[in-house]
Order: sequence, then C-alpha cells, then structure tokens
Amino acid sequence: MELELRGITKAFPGVLANDDVSLTARSGQVLALIGENGAGKSTLMNILSGIYRPDSGEIILNGVVQKFNDPGEAIKAGIGMVHQHFMLVPVFTVAENVVLGVEPTVFGNVLNTKKANKEVEEISQKYGLAVDPKAKIEDLAVGIQQRVEIIKVLLRGAKILVFDEPTAVLTPQEVIEFFGIVDELKSRGATIIFITHKLKEALAIADSITVLRGGKVVGHADPKTATQEELASMMVGREIDLTVNKTPAKPGAPVLTMSSVTMTDDFGRDLLDNINLEVRAGEIVGVAGIQGNGQTELIEAITGLLSIAKGSIKLKDTDITAFNPRQIHRDGVAHVPEDRNEMGMIGSFTVAENLVLDSYYSQPYSRGVRLQSSAIDESARTLVKDYDVRPAHIENMASTLSGGNAQKMIVAREFSRDVPLVLCAQPTRGIDVGSIEYIHEQIVRKRDEGIAILVVSTELDEIFALSDRIVVMFDGKIVATLNASETNPTEVGLYMAGKNS
Amino acid sequence: MSDNSAAYEKSPIESYESTEKKSNVLSKSKVRRAKILGIIMLLLSAVVMFVLAPASQGIATFGLSFPDDKFQLDALAIPSTAALYVLAMVLAFLGGTQFLKGFQRKSTLILGISFVVFVISIMIWATAGQEFSLISMLVSTIARTTPIALGALSGILCERSGVVNIGIEGMLLGGAFTGVVMGSLLGGWVGLIAATITGGVLALLLAFLAINYRVDQIIIGVVINLLVLGLTSFLTSQILVGRPEWNDAPIFPAIKIPILGDIPIIGPMFFDQTVIVYAMFGLVALTTFLLFRTRWGLRTRSVGENPKAADSLGISVSKTRYLAVIYGGMVGGFAGAWFTLGTVGRFDEGMTGGAGFIGLAAMIFGGWNPIGALGAALIFGFSDSLSQKLALINTSIPTEFLAMTPYLVTIVVVAGLVGRARPPAADGQPFEKQ
Repeated sequence: MELELRGITKAFPGVLANDDVSLTARSGQVLALIGENGAGKSTLMNILSGIYRPDSGEIILNGVVQKFNDPGEAIKAGIGMVHQHFMLVPVFTVAENVVLGVEPTVFGNVLNTKKANKEVEEISQKYGLAVDPKAKIEDLAVGIQQRVEIIKVLLRGAKILVFDEPTAVLTPQEVIEFFGIVDELKSRGATIIFITHKLKEALAIADSITVLRGGKVVGHADPKTATQEELASMMVGREIDLTVNKTPAKPGAPVLTMSSVTMTDDFGRDLLDNINLEVRAGEIVGVAGIQGNGQTELIEAITGLLSIAKGSIKLKDTDITAFNPRQIHRDGVAHVPEDRNEMGMIGSFTVAENLVLDSYYSQPYSRGVRLQSSAIDESARTLVKDYDVRPAHIENMASTLSGGNAQKMIVAREFSRDVPLVLCAQPTRGIDVGSIEYIHEQIVRKRDEGIAILVVSTELDEIFALSDRIVVMFDGKIVATLNASETNPTEVGLYMAGKNS
Repeated sequence: MSDNSAAYEKSPIESYESTEKKSNVLSKSKVRRAKILGIIMLLLSAVVMFVLAPASQGIATFGLSFPDDKFQLDALAIPSTAALYVLAMVLAFLGGTQFLKGFQRKSTLILGISFVVFVISIMIWATAGQEFSLISMLVSTIARTTPIALGALSGILCERSGVVNIGIEGMLLGGAFTGVVMGSLLGGWVGLIAATITGGVLALLLAFLAINYRVDQIIIGVVINLLVLGLTSFLTSQILVGRPEWNDAPIFPAIKIPILGDIPIIGPMFFDQTVIVYAMFGLVALTTFLLFRTRWGLRTRSVGENPKAADSLGISVSKTRYLAVIYGGMVGGFAGAWFTLGTVGRFDEGMTGGAGFIGLAAMIFGGWNPIGALGAALIFGFSDSLSQKLALINTSIPTEFLAMTPYLVTIVVVAGLVGRARPPAADGQPFEKQ
C-alpha cells in the first residue's frame, strides 16, 4: 500500500509542530524518518495513526484521501503503529494482549482462549516471529515484547507499519533480529516507516530517508550514498563533529572501590549480585547494559539512595557504605541522575534555585536559616555562562528549559563542585546532538582534571565514545570488564545479551 | 564515533528466558522478619501456657448441632487444662523452629496456623466449664462474612477497572437505608432492588466525578461516605422516627436446601441461609467468571492495568470504567440490604459499622481476586462472629474488648504480616485521552 502525506500542518499553542510536511512511503520499502527530539516526528505519526487531526493537509492511501477521527479508523485503514513505549498489559499473556479489542469469543462474550492462541501462532509462524502465546508479557525480554506489538498490528491487518524508535530498548543482537523481521515484512509487501534518531540504523535499513527539522522537511537522502555526518548536519542545521576527541587516559589511584556489593529487593531477588568495581582517578569507566539489569541500583548504591545487603563501598580510603546520601554527596560524589525530571531538578524552581539544590544549606549560600540570594544568584550567573545553558536567565523556571539545556544545568551543578568521583547516568538521553557534543566534551575535560568518572549508558555508541574501560552488566552482575581499545561493539553486545553469564 | 557496523552482523540469540532469579542468601531484613515471627509465636505460646492454662478448669463443651437438626452430632467435650498445655507446646514448637531455622517460604502459612491454634486456645479457655454452641458461631460466621465479601467484591470491580472505591461503606449504608424503607412499604424483594439501585446511583456519582472530572478518587470516596452517613442519619431522625412503620421491613427467612441442608455442620453453614447469603456466593462465582473468562473482563482488566494500551486498540476507557464501577456500586448497595433485610429488619444510624472498610481490607488481602477476597472476608466474619458469641457466655474478657476483635484482626492482616499484594497497575489513575 502506498502512503502519501501532502502538506500536513499541525499547530499547538505556541508551536508549529508540523509545517507543510509532505512525504511518500512505498510498498515493500522502508522509509526512515529522522530528526531530533522536537522536530515533529511524533506529531506526524500521531496524525497518521489518528490520535491527532491535522489543521490542514491530506493523508492519501493508494490514491484515496483518508480522514481519521480516532485510532480505530486508522487501524481499519491498514495503518499499524508500534509505539516506542510498548502498549502492552504486563500481567496479561501474549495472546490476551494481541487479541485485546478483537477477541474471539463463544456464546457472545466468553473468551475463546484456544482460538486466540492459535491466531497468534499462525501469524508468528507466517512472519517468523517466534513467541509463546501463553507466556506472560512481564516475563519476556524486551525484544520479544516488541514482536508481540508487531503481531498485534499484523493481526489487525496492517499494511503500513510505523515503528517509533524501535531499537531504543533493544540489544545490538536484538536489533539484528529486528532488522531481519523488517526484511521479512518488506518482502511480503508491507510499507514500513521507521522513525529514529540513530543515523547508523537509518542508513543500514532504509530504502529512503526523510529528514525533519523544526517541523519541516529539510531534505531527503539516499542511504546508499549519504554519510552519518551529512545526516547529522541536516538534522541540526550546522556542521557536527560526531567523534569525541580524547587522549589516552592516565589512571591514578583508585577512587571508588566496590567489594562484593549485593542488593536484594523485597521479594529476595538479587538486584545487584556480588559487584566488584574499581574506578581510578583520571579514567572514565563506562557501564554498558540493557536497561533494567542493575545499572540504576548500582548508581543508587554508590550514592546511598538504596541500602545494600552485603559488601562495602569505599571512596578513596573512607568506607562510605553506611553514610547517608547527603554525606556521600557532600564528601565526594557528584551525580547526574538518569531521569533528569524525576531526580535531577525541580521543574517549578528557578534555574538559580536548581543550581544550589546540592549546597543551599552551606556557606556562602545560607547563613543560619536564611538563604543568601545574592550569593546564589551570583554563582548561578557564572555557572549558566560557563556551561552554556540557554536561555541564560537564572530566574526562569527550570521546566521551561529544553531537555539539552536542563541537562547542561544539572551538569553545571554537579561538575562545578570539587569532588573526586562523578557519576553520569544516561548523561545524554533524549537531548539534541549539539548538547550531546557539549556534555561529552565536559566529561572528558573532567577526566583530564584527574577526576574518576563512571558513565552508565544504554547507548553503545556513547559507551565507546567516552570509556577508557567498559564493564557490562547483566542480571545484576558485572559479566565483563574490558579495555575499550581492545573490544568492539559486537563483543560488548553479546555480553549485554547475557552470553557467558 | 567508533565504527560499530560490525554489531549488525548476524549472530542470533536463541534463548530469551526470564531473568528472574531467587537469591540464595537471605537478606538481613528477611532474617530479622523470620526471627520476629518466631518471637511472636513464642509469645503466643507463653500466653497460652502461663496465662490461659492455669486459669482454666473443667471441661469445655462445644455444641456441633442445633437441637432440631436431623442428624445430631455429639457435643465436643474437651478437658480444658490439658488441651491448653498441648496447644501451648504446639505453638512453642512452631515458634522455636521458626526462630532457630525459619520456615522461609512457608513462614506465612505457619504464622497463620499459629494464629488459628491461638484462637482455638482462647475459645477453650473462655468455654472452660461451660457450653459454647460452636455450630451457631459457624453459621453466623457465614452470615457476617456476607456483607464484607460483597463489599470487597464491589471494590474489586471498581479497582480492576482502575477506579479506587473507598466509598463502599457509604454504598452499604445507603443500600441498608433504602432497602428497609422500600422493603417496609413494598416488600422485601422491592427493598432488595432499591438497595441495589442506590448503590448503583452512588457509584454513578463516583464514576462521573472520577472519570469525567478526574477528581481525586480518595476524596470522592470520603465524600460519598460522609454524604450517605449524614443523609441517612438526618432522614432517620426526621422521618423514620415519626413513622416507625417505614422502618419495619420483613426479614428474608433462611431457606433450607433439601438433603444438602441436613449434612451435619456443613448443612446449617452453607445450605440453610438467606437468599442474600446465597446471592453472595453466586456473585463471587459470577464475577470471577466475568473478570477472567469473558471479553468484558479482559477489557475491564486492561483499562485497569494499562488504559493507554486499551485506548490505542479502540477500547473506550471511560465506557468500560463506567460499567465496572456501576456494577461494583450495585453489588455494594445489594450488600447493604443484608444489614436490614437480612438480619434485623430495621435501620439504625451508622449500622454498617465499618464493614465497607473491612471489605476494602479483604479486597487487598485477597489480592483483588473475588475468591481470595471471600477467603479474607471469612477470616473477618469469623472474628466478628466469635466476638459476638463469646460475649454471650460468661468470660472474663470485657465485651468492649471483644467488639474490637474484627478491627484488630484487620490491622494485623493489612499491616503486612501477610506479604504484599499487587494492585492493578493503573488503580486510581485518571485517564486522559490525548
């Protein structure tokens, strides 16, 4: 089925999310739609799947103009959406999730579970999407959950499949499998739209590439000839250097030493299992792993936010295992948390207030019970300038900052303190290429000052760009410790998927 | 950026097993919990051994049949002192083992058994030298379980769809009131229907405010409880006091089922009850079937777990929630009729006495599952019934203290001795369509 979008325009209060967007996707082909966050990709797809209605413009399927009033109509027309955050019910079985809304029944209302299981099996065999219909979603790996989502749209007769950042949560091996699935779908004549900001993947899988910036189509590229640098420059609108320049590390004395650290949850399951980790002064250790394999717990154990069941954590020569979070933070650990909105900042506070969240209680920011606003503002103005937070108005609410600038604000707060250890969890998640470039430079600069740095990232590219040493976490354990110069993404990817564990 | 196109070479991964794993080592908190449970059991044992046993004399007689039952069972005669020492030893053994070794995964079960043993000890001690009609206590256990189980069912229906209902108490009270008034005027069956409708109307209010206006659901529940309490008290003092004939409804008689009703013990408990009690068992079965075996149930649970997913598949979240909440409210109103039409035939202010909240506890304890909630409700019904019956014989426990028992049991149960249940993921979260 051929899909054409013609002059789609959609405005929200204060933003023109889509501005006269036109594109074509052909049967048996993959169209990659790339652009930064806020470029209008999601709005466009929500229009396509019937969640939003465009202010103007047309959706044309096989030459027929369509009007979708709700998601149900888009599904009926043959458009299937595989969302970035899976729309699955974790406590239901695969089959229950797949048939939800189109359940086979007997006697009018009684579920026909057998038939549901059979329907899932049929599709999974036809398209080579191996999955057990009776398995519960919450027991399945993310890659399998994605297959369930695909089966869901195929069962509803989708001819056009829209994948929103499909590889964001997958391991490199799962990505390969996913590409295999896409090839299979292609060969059966499906039209595939692949939304991503990972340029390498767009180049690897797409038959054509359309670039969005600021709600507009800024160009098309042929994946056979285009390079990542070209695409990045189109996305951002200026020249981008994607490599991180750094010299070999000169590791010094150990700063962080974790010995046999074990953490369990309420049900007795191991969250961290016998972790031994050392980070030395002047080196960057990257923690690779698929989300949910203990990285969050690792960070929260070091920062004292979660208590550990066994083992010890030492900062230089001090045992900080029993310290409370403020002691740890004050005495030597800076922490850029993985979820900036949840833990990194308070959206309804000003930029200046956010910049002293970690030190408001000490001199010179407070004297007795009174905050010293002149000292706070003065330091904030300096930080905002030094760390290139834009707009540089310290009295603005933090929630008005873009993702990249909010992250730079947090980096400014954490990096400006004189501490021996810096923890960066997902330091560049969901921010623009320009800010990524800047934050990576800052991390390397910090390393060169002789600071020990632990970077947690689910992006392998980021791990390889920054790390001097790489540790891989799987199922709460460190399954590999590697020298960055002596390994490659394939090897790390295998460890991430649980090989050798 | 390093060149990692190599990552896209074929290297299939075959096994995708669940990554869940049990820890071999017990964490500190688990060990502590095991020790605490052991100490609790040993304390119970000490109470039986040093307080109850020395204070009891003579034979405790437990009646197992009503005088007019077809098959008579001999009363159970237990030498109290000896029995109490034996039970104390059992408790001491369980407690000691738990403290030293721990029963690990079975420790909750062992704790439950210990409580049962302790309760039996209390009964023997209280009955020593007297006669206690065990059968009438068991029969009234089932009766008193009824409103609690129905209240829990009401909560389950609402919460499985994602709407928190703490207004069950108000629904019970409202149902009890309209039930008695309509029952007095037009007969018991009309009263029953009126009570059901009352619950449905109150649920409609909950659904409307929670779903359309996304008002905090806890607040709506509190408002419903206070509104009904105030309204029924006002109407009672203003109208019912002046017209006693409006507050005098026929009581549903117990209907004995032939043959089954003659089985000793089981018969009077389960097959010689009022239509409301039978309806409770029927509704528990029906709701279990509806929730877990039908399309309606699948959709209802899906909007309670992940409304966004349901919406993306064309299921109307608000319609589904409305239906479930109104069904739940009707069950709550129906349960209210038990207080008037099922027992005394008249309404008194605040007569539900927190049964709705105990039902809420039964819902949680039962893991948001109708059968589980019925089991939990039986525990609460038993403690309620036991305290009532013990008050009748001559014990040294003050009756005020006995009246506290059901609430005390609720606290102990809900306080987490029993482990944590998992509520529906979207419970209490309003859904906003994009």
